[in-house]
Amino acid sequence: MRPDFTSCFPLRKARVHEACGAGATGFAAIMAAQITGPLLWLREGWRAEILNPVGLAAFLDPARVLVAQVKDQTEGLAVMEEALRDGAVPLVVIELGQPLDLTPGRRLQLAAKAGRTTGLCLIPEGMGSNAAETRWRCTPVLDAEGRGDSTPQHWEIIKNKAGTLGAWHVRWDWAARRLDVVSPAGE
Amino acid sequence: MFDGIGRRVVSMWFPRLASDRVLRAHPVAGPFALVLRQGNADRLHCLNAAAERQGLSRGMPLSDARAFCPDLLSRPADPARDVQFLQVLRRWATRYCPWVGLDGEAGLVLDITGAAHLFGGEGAMLADMRQRLARAGLAVRLGLGDTRGAAWALAHYGEGPAAPGAGLAALRDLPVAALRLEAETTVALHRLGLRRIGDLAATARAPITRRFGPDVLRRLDAALGHVPEAITPETEPPHYGVRLTLPDPIGLQGDVMAGLARLLDQLCAKLKAQEAGARALTLTLRRVDQGAQDVEVRLARPARDPARILPLFERGVAGIDAGFGIDQLRLDATRVEPLPAEQASHVTCDRGDRLDDLISRLGTRIGLDNIQRFLPADSHIPERGFLIAPAAFSDPEGPWVSLRPRPLRLFPPEPIAGQGARPPHQFRWRRMRLTTARATGPERIAPEWWLEDEAWRSGLRDYWQVETAEGRRLWLFHTPQAPGWFVQGEFA
Repeated sequence: MRPDFTSCFPLRKARVHEACGAGATGFAAIMAAQITGPLLWLREGWRAEILNPVGLAAFLDPARVLVAQVKDQTEGLAVMEEALRDGAVPLVVIELGQPLDLTPGRRLQLAAKAGRTTGLCLIPEGMGSNAAETRWRCTPVLDAEGRGDSTPQHWEIIKNKAGTLGAWHVRWDWAARRLDVVSPAGE
Repeated sequence: MFDGIGRRVVSMWFPRLASDRVLRAHPVAGPFALVLRQGNADRLHCLNAAAERQGLSRGMPLSDARAFCPDLLSRPADPARDVQFLQVLRRWATRYCPWVGLDGEAGLVLDITGAAHLFGGEGAMLADMRQRLARAGLAVRLGLGDTRGAAWALAHYGEGPAAPGAGLAALRDLPVAALRLEAETTVALHRLGLRRIGDLAATARAPITRRFGPDVLRRLDAALGHVPEAITPETEPPHYGVRLTLPDPIGLQGDVMAGLARLLDQLCAKLKAQEAGARALTLTLRRVDQGAQDVEVRLARPARDPARILPLFERGVAGIDAGFGIDQLRLDATRVEPLPAEQASHVTCDRGDRLDDLISRLGTRIGLDNIQRFLPADSHIPERGFLIAPAAFSDPEGPWVSLRPRPLRLFPPEPIAGQGARPPHQFRWRRMRLTTARATGPERIAPEWWLEDEAWRSGLRDYWQVETAEGRRLWLFHTPQAPGWFVQGEFA
């Protein structure tokens, strides 16, 4: 039995979630589009790969995004904890490169609870923390119809503390700026 | 109105202020001059007594002066520093009386009414001024009179005090130039045979006014005390620094924060009175062994609310080594910006304030410049289509327009194997074997030739949006002028 998509997404407030896979950045952007208010994006300053605000404009207004360049993952987690606890930013996204222990994961969880904010960690495959509320694997899939203006993705919950696992095919409608759940072709 | 009876004014004139200032720092035995470039010639700006004895004068070209006096030493003049120095002297002069104003470029005027007896009388006060200024290495000429005009005249043209109520008697023998007249007027008066102030006072007033305008006689009346003339004391510029000295050293973090809270209350009251807000603050903690440690805090927005500023110091204070204890706290607002009072309203929300507080707080941890925001830029080049600016020093801007889909992530171009003008059917990228299922393009982007950019040396780029059978949607480009294929971005 598949759970209802709307019970899992948008992500539960006051919790920290994780996303992995090639479509994780798109997942974060779509999640940010669901909320109002500023968004804090933490990245390690030395990485060459950057978020492109012009591409982000298809999902949300890039003026809402604050980017914090941190030195390493430890500093990033400290900044994330402080931002989550403060509550001024409803969504904090961090790009992680190394596996996350239970202790820092739990600290983030408590901070998010205290500040009533949502945290999202973009993790490499298989490096999540046990403390995460949900973990999503996001893989882009080929658009069979070839419409070009949509981005079909396969989103799969691979860990869920407060429910069952599930998988959905979704596409982002560029024109309406809306997330549609679709049944995959040939199913 | 104050009628001038009993009023006593001292005029201080520093005839060699600029050169004395420089010579105080670098004493020179022989003739010395400061040189200022005027037009295309170096002219003497100020010179010491030894140079004046050699026959040099102000305004003389430096080359002439060198011919007169081969051993002349010179340095470039710095008028801005001279103005600052005069301000320092003005502040020093308030030790004699509270009412001190600037008088021209090298003079001070002090209203010593009712202050002279504190120094043992007028004579003793002038002697004290002379002695202290001589010890400081400054040449000074002092004039004391009942009015500002009389004091100025005596300082510049006849050194010495005038007795109270002397009026015209003290000025009678001074030249008319002592009335602070313009040079042309002085020459014209000389031609009429009016060389001394006494001559001018004895002449009929109407013809003088008709000939020279009201200015000459107004100056005379002011000097004689018939017309009042004000002395404007300068206000001190606000100083945003407070300190707390403790009788016993402290070492606990809580104690330091409690002391800081007191200082912050004082400082914020000062800021509020001036309608200003602090942008950067420095807390200096002096230890009993005379070592000092600084905690610096920068704010995302000017603020003067102690409750918001105090928590920002916690992190820095925690990292201080107290040693044998701290016995002085000093708090300075090193950068201050105007912050007018705002109308409170039920419509405004505090979200912006909270966000600024968060930025300040994170800034103490990772540096305020590392919290950034995106600003749109006018360029077709993908990596120059936006700017990254520190969030504390910029405001959000818009709108963001993209005519064509742009990738969500950009990275430096990564080469892939491929040939021809169309995207390769199969390619390897980041150790993955990918198959092109659909390619949209090309979109040709030409380099901005007016900007030097190493990455765009390879010329034109034809961008393709490639959807792979594996799912990933990549942004490839082909460089037709230097054949090659690269991956530069990934779509959502």
